[in-house]
Amino acid sequence: MEQASTDTVTGRSLLLDRITHRYAGQTAVGNVTLDIGGGELVALLGPSGCGKTTLLRIVAGFVQQTAGQVVVGGTPVDHLPPNRRAVGIVFQNYALFPHMTIADNVAYGLAARGVDRTTQKAEAMRMLELVQLAHLATRLPRALSGGQQQRVALARALAVKPSILLLDEPFSALDKNLRLDMQIEVKRIQRLAGVTTILVTHDQEEALSMADRVAVLSAGKLEQFAPPTQVYDTPASLFVNGFVGQANMLPGTLVSPTAATLDIGGTIPVRHCAAGTGSRVTICIRPEHLQLDDATTGIPATVGLGLPLGPTIVHELRFADGSTAKVIEPRTPGAAPRPAGTAVHVTIAPDLANAFALS
Amino acid sequence: MAAASPAGFDPRLAWPLGSFLALLFAVPLAMLLVISLQTGDGYGFGQYAKFLTDWFSLRILGGTLRLGVEVTIACLVLGFPLAWLHARSPGWAKSAITLVVLLPLLTSVVVRTFAWIVILGRQGIINNALVGAGLIDTPLRLLYTEGGVVAALAQVQMPLMVLPLVAALGRADPNLADAASILGAGAWRTWRTVVLPLAMPGIIAGCLLTFTASVTAFITQSLVGGGQMMFMPAYVLQQAIALGDMPFAAAISVIFLVCVLIVVALLSLLGRRSRAHV
Repeated sequence: MEQASTDTVTGRSLLLDRITHRYAGQTAVGNVTLDIGGGELVALLGPSGCGKTTLLRIVAGFVQQTAGQVVVGGTPVDHLPPNRRAVGIVFQNYALFPHMTIADNVAYGLAARGVDRTTQKAEAMRMLELVQLAHLATRLPRALSGGQQQRVALARALAVKPSILLLDEPFSALDKNLRLDMQIEVKRIQRLAGVTTILVTHDQEEALSMADRVAVLSAGKLEQFAPPTQVYDTPASLFVNGFVGQANMLPGTLVSPTAATLDIGGTIPVRHCAAGTGSRVTICIRPEHLQLDDATTGIPATVGLGLPLGPTIVHELRFADGSTAKVIEPRTPGAAPRPAGTAVHVTIAPDLANAFALS
Repeated sequence: MAAASPAGFDPRLAWPLGSFLALLFAVPLAMLLVISLQTGDGYGFGQYAKFLTDWFSLRILGGTLRLGVEVTIACLVLGFPLAWLHARSPGWAKSAITLVVLLPLLTSVVVRTFAWIVILGRQGIINNALVGAGLIDTPLRLLYTEGGVVAALAQVQMPLMVLPLVAALGRADPNLADAASILGAGAWRTWRTVVLPLAMPGIIAGCLLTFTASVTAFITQSLVGGGQMMFMPAYVLQQAIALGDMPFAAAISVIFLVCVLIVVALLSLLGRRSRAHV
């Protein structure tokens, strides 16, 4: 604990080494390994029940994992209770102490560490200045807006100079406009503090925009752990392709490791797929990788619905066999969606489709 | 002002209960005050002076208030862990604890008090067990002692303490204790700085109910305390019925009422201060 109150111990590495957690006979987390560098911001992304919150509670020490190790800065911390782990958390509902002023909330961790009152006050004010709320120091939490409460929660967590910062769905309670501002703000403060951070979220945009690397989890398993652009461009599994960003999923057959025939007609190039030639695959194509063509090249389809979304236009297409796909195209000023029933042809940008073997 | 009443109810609807309370509560109270001011030859504060200068009477008042404090503390100490357990339990366990807490309320106070006489008596369950186990030679005196009255009252009044505590602890966000813990607070500091302050409104409401109920619990006080111990309600009865001194009985009642109201006012004041920030 003495270490945690010096300025040097930020940005320590965090290794989750083959973590498994079973709860009431069910595997909540199955053999997950994440090697996180000092100062890195990693997002744990997945639908509810994928085990991301369990992982967070294991790192915090609220839950003792069934197997595996949590290693902070090279030292296993599994035997330490939550109050001795030097971890900071921003809870989903912020969990500010409602009976304490903002300054007392921020100073709470320092008080618990036996820091003297003068230093507590000075340090709390310094943290509040960092989150630009020093002028509200004497208020009670309920007098603050959601965004302000979140910044207080962040200041409170960072005041004890944690070696790891955990953010548990921190933006889900904010309205959409405020959310982007807070995401930028939190990222700025995280960079400034240089603290290793885990962000738990089910919001893929949030994970992609904020994280240095994204760990996609599904049903307790780690599906992919990679930088955001890589997760989006070269998803490691069908689940990742469907969960991160949008995808049209069309059935087809692999004709070579890098080409597949769609059931709706046409053979397209795909990224390398290890399944054998002739195996049935699901081909994932992002809506922005499809183009509508009024000429007669490409696959014939009819427009089901056209939605002008400001900067883009979305068309829903219906193919001859009844399957559907979405197309997102940039909208030029004055352009209106094609009316329903219009016959079109659709072409696929080369090398941007992913094929996954049916399991 | 019918238009200003909430949901547009006609205030005249309150008249039946209003007149009922006025007739059976306000009028008797006024009569009590008037009777208490009667002295042998006119009106004055003679009865009050008699009470306040009589050590015997003051000791009964002090003993009754002490009984209230003891029962309240016993209920708080025993009830808080139960309420805490309730707040932290899964759904089915919550229902089970609620049932156990409410069960005594389904039995009449007289029956519950007689059960305590059976438990505490010379040939009672406790004494028989202790003698049978060879731990004591002659039965202990448990019945007709202050300890016996406190034990019986604490059991009888327990729901009044536990229910407000359950409400207060149930309202508190469980993340708050986790937040304190991750910020470095040990179990004791977390309890002292987070759990206790947030439970304060429930503690005060529980203490208020338990205290007022136990100082006025005539049946349990009299049956378990027996003739050996005199508390204010029994004192009033003795003066009024046995000795026929209605003015003095009325004065005792008024003094007792004022004392209880002072305690209630102090606790409410504390309650308002603690509720201000929850």
